Amino acid sequence: MMLEALLLRAGPNATLVTLAALTLGFAAGVVGAFLFLRKRALVSDAIAHATLPGVGLAFLAMVALGGDGRLLAGLLLGAGLSALLGLGALQLLTRHTRLPEDAAIGAVLSVFYGLGIVILTLIQGLNTGHQAGLESFLLGSTAGMLRADALLIAGGGAVALALVGLMRRPLTMVAFDPGYATVMGLRPRLYDLALMVLTLGVVLIGLRVVGLILIVALLITPAVAARMWTDRVGVMALVAGAIGGAAGYLGAAVSAAVPGVPTGPVIVVLAFAGFVLSALFAPRRGLVVRLLQTRALRRRMRAA
Amino acid sequence: MSGPPRPDALSLRGLSVHYGVLPVLEQVEAHFAPGRMTAIIGPNGAGKSTLLKAALGLVPVAAGEVRFFGQPLAAARARIAYVPQRASVDWDFPVRAVDVVQMGLYRSLGLLGRRTAAHRAKAMECLERVGMQDYALRQIGALSGGQQQRVFLARALAQGAELFLLDEPFAGVDAATESAIVSVLQGLRDGGATVVAVHHDLSTVPAYFDRVLLLNRTAIAEGPVATAFTREALGRTYGGTLPMDPELAAQ
Amino acid sequence: MEADFVILSLTPILIGCFAAMACALPGNFLMLRRQAMLGDAISHVVLPGIVVAFLFTGSASTWAMMLGAGAAAMVSVLLIEGIRRLAGVEPGAAMGVTFTTMFALGVLLLEGSGAGAVHLDVEHALYGNLESLIWLDATGWESLVDPVALAGLPPELGRMAAVFALIAIAGFIFWRPLELATFDEGFARALGLPVQAISLGLVAAAAMACVAAFTAVGSILTIAMLICPPAAARLLTDRLPLQVALSLGLALLSAVGGYVLAGYGPMWFGLPNSLSAAGMIATLSGLCLALAAAFGPHRRAA
Repeated sequence: MMLEALLLRAGPNATLVTLAALTLGFAAGVVGAFLFLRKRALVSDAIAHATLPGVGLAFLAMVALGGDGRLLAGLLLGAGLSALLGLGALQLLTRHTRLPEDAAIGAVLSVFYGLGIVILTLIQGLNTGHQAGLESFLLGSTAGMLRADALLIAGGGAVALALVGLMRRPLTMVAFDPGYATVMGLRPRLYDLALMVLTLGVVLIGLRVVGLILIVALLITPAVAARMWTDRVGVMALVAGAIGGAAGYLGAAVSAAVPGVPTGPVIVVLAFAGFVLSALFAPRRGLVVRLLQTRALRRRMRAA
Repeated sequence: MSGPPRPDALSLRGLSVHYGVLPVLEQVEAHFAPGRMTAIIGPNGAGKSTLLKAALGLVPVAAGEVRFFGQPLAAARARIAYVPQRASVDWDFPVRAVDVVQMGLYRSLGLLGRRTAAHRAKAMECLERVGMQDYALRQIGALSGGQQQRVFLARALAQGAELFLLDEPFAGVDAATESAIVSVLQGLRDGGATVVAVHHDLSTVPAYFDRVLLLNRTAIAEGPVATAFTREALGRTYGGTLPMDPELAAQ
Repeated sequence: MEADFVILSLTPILIGCFAAMACALPGNFLMLRRQAMLGDAISHVVLPGIVVAFLFTGSASTWAMMLGAGAAAMVSVLLIEGIRRLAGVEPGAAMGVTFTTMFALGVLLLEGSGAGAVHLDVEHALYGNLESLIWLDATGWESLVDPVALAGLPPELGRMAAVFALIAIAGFIFWRPLELATFDEGFARALGLPVQAISLGLVAAAAMACVAAFTAVGSILTIAMLICPPAAARLLTDRLPLQVALSLGLALLSAVGGYVLAGYGPMWFGLPNSLSAAGMIATLSGLCLALAAAFGPHRRAA
């Protein structure tokens, strides 16, 4: 089953899901690279956790309107709105109070998550007949994913990638030196906003597959791993995308083979494996190369 | 006065400090006599701040010996007060000026010693000596830079030390603060305490200090201002970049 | 009704109170040291530590869990430091890589090992489990003096109370050095205080609170307890002792209010079931923070 999934032969639906996870991972890696360079990696954690109340409320709203409640696009719309609210709360706390940003991130993250959990227990109690299965948004699951869901995720990932490609130069300049970027006529606040929107987009399409608790890993870990390979921003973004894409693809395949296991943790552990491999074998910065260099240096010194 | 001579408040023998492989101080010999007020002067990067930090064990010492009142640091800690250059603290911290000064009483309070009216009075008295009594209940970040510097001096006063080490106490402060700090320091000296300050402004050296230590990676000259603070010694210390004619300043 | 309260609500409320206060106490200093996210990292890392300890010892005893969580915390500190040096990245990113990976490993171990069947499961980590910590042996208020009934108290209550007491006593004894080293590390070092040991002690206290609170409020909601009450209190006062006292008060308020709202609130609206108490406690603590941010007399820096 696993091999079939890897070779995209596990049926058209499973194949589509695997490809969606691949696109998602690639988009997350690329966006994450810029987020990492701008040193805003942990903000994405607050965004991700802040989606939960929106998921719950969107479900309730759709049920109240007589719908199924599990329509992914609808849930993601709610998630997006509530994440924007969380982002706004974060801005208010850091701009208008004396709280340091890390405390504000932690507060937004945990409070929105707590509220989300309250809403989830409310939904469980309402017993709307169709068990919501919203828990899969916490740790992700590819099980039972619909064809439309997979298409939505893949499409969203492709759009995010296109947008990053379009804005790669200003994003790089703003990340490197916001002051200089201003002098060059760019507006850092605009591109920071764009980066946040892209991050939000990746978080949203990642909710179903990776889950809101761990999606931050798919943004950060490939970027940190990619940093080992290169000093060039463009290359780094592509390497991060490749690592994220590989983690998504393999994770979805493993999930198809071992159905009970939540997909998110599998993908995150695979991404970390990508980091470990990078840390060991990357040219110049990798441990193996450094070890060999030190040894060669010592031998030369002994010989001299 | 008879009896054995008092040991130097601070003596450095062959003090060397390295940052990585870069030597910052090399074989510094310096002796700070008790009851005197000494300026440490030298160009940027001469290692002036590092000298104080190394003496206090805040940066690792590569070689040499440091003695406070003839004893190692650990035995003399209670007799030393240190005022860093513009303390690197979180100015948003929830403490008031008087709370900061009371931190100087830590050695007499210990972990659980009861804070009495006498402690509070002592803290207020120290604030008064630097002219900050009216600001005692302000949060530390709500004060100006010069006022903050005076509060940190008051904290050092509260320690009841005999040796005061100050790193650029006049850097970036207003004129009122500078004169307040000078008169406090001179009062300390007149009361028998030893004052050592890293100093930048050569023009005020003769007016403020008794002695100088000219430093540029190593001790160039040391002695009373009248004999050691010469054009020749300054030339050797600063190389070609003498910022001001010292003899002109001395007048 | 009264008997119901003692059996079903008294112990969860008490455990919630102790958990909230045990977290809020070290949280004050973590926030002032700009280490709020360290609390986030610790509370995630606790999960794999507890799971591994459980797999090794086969028991959910306090000591095994503390040891496991401590070991996991050590591993993650080493990982963060290693990643930071190796990849030359900022500590925030290194932390993000580490705590997500550790948490993911914890979930996978838990799902794969079947430990879930016994005492632990992923739901606890995600939702908290306050409601189930009931006192079955109680018959009413008189049980508070009945040794037989007292022996049947949920073990989490004693554990949480002991951890809170320990942290409170340590905080009381070491208040002055902690305040000094947090405000002005250079001065503390010049006084000869062991600043490294103080930092380590603070992290250890936070880790202990996280481990003990894990069974009650869950991995992620611990973060709310660590951050929100101290953050709200910071906006209400410029004095540290008052800030800490206020944070404890807000923690209590959130814990009691959150439990009552979650347990009895739905009834008021005619809904049959109760809501997540841990989630409601976090929500309430966030509400306190929002109010403090809007109206707190010291909400802005001077």
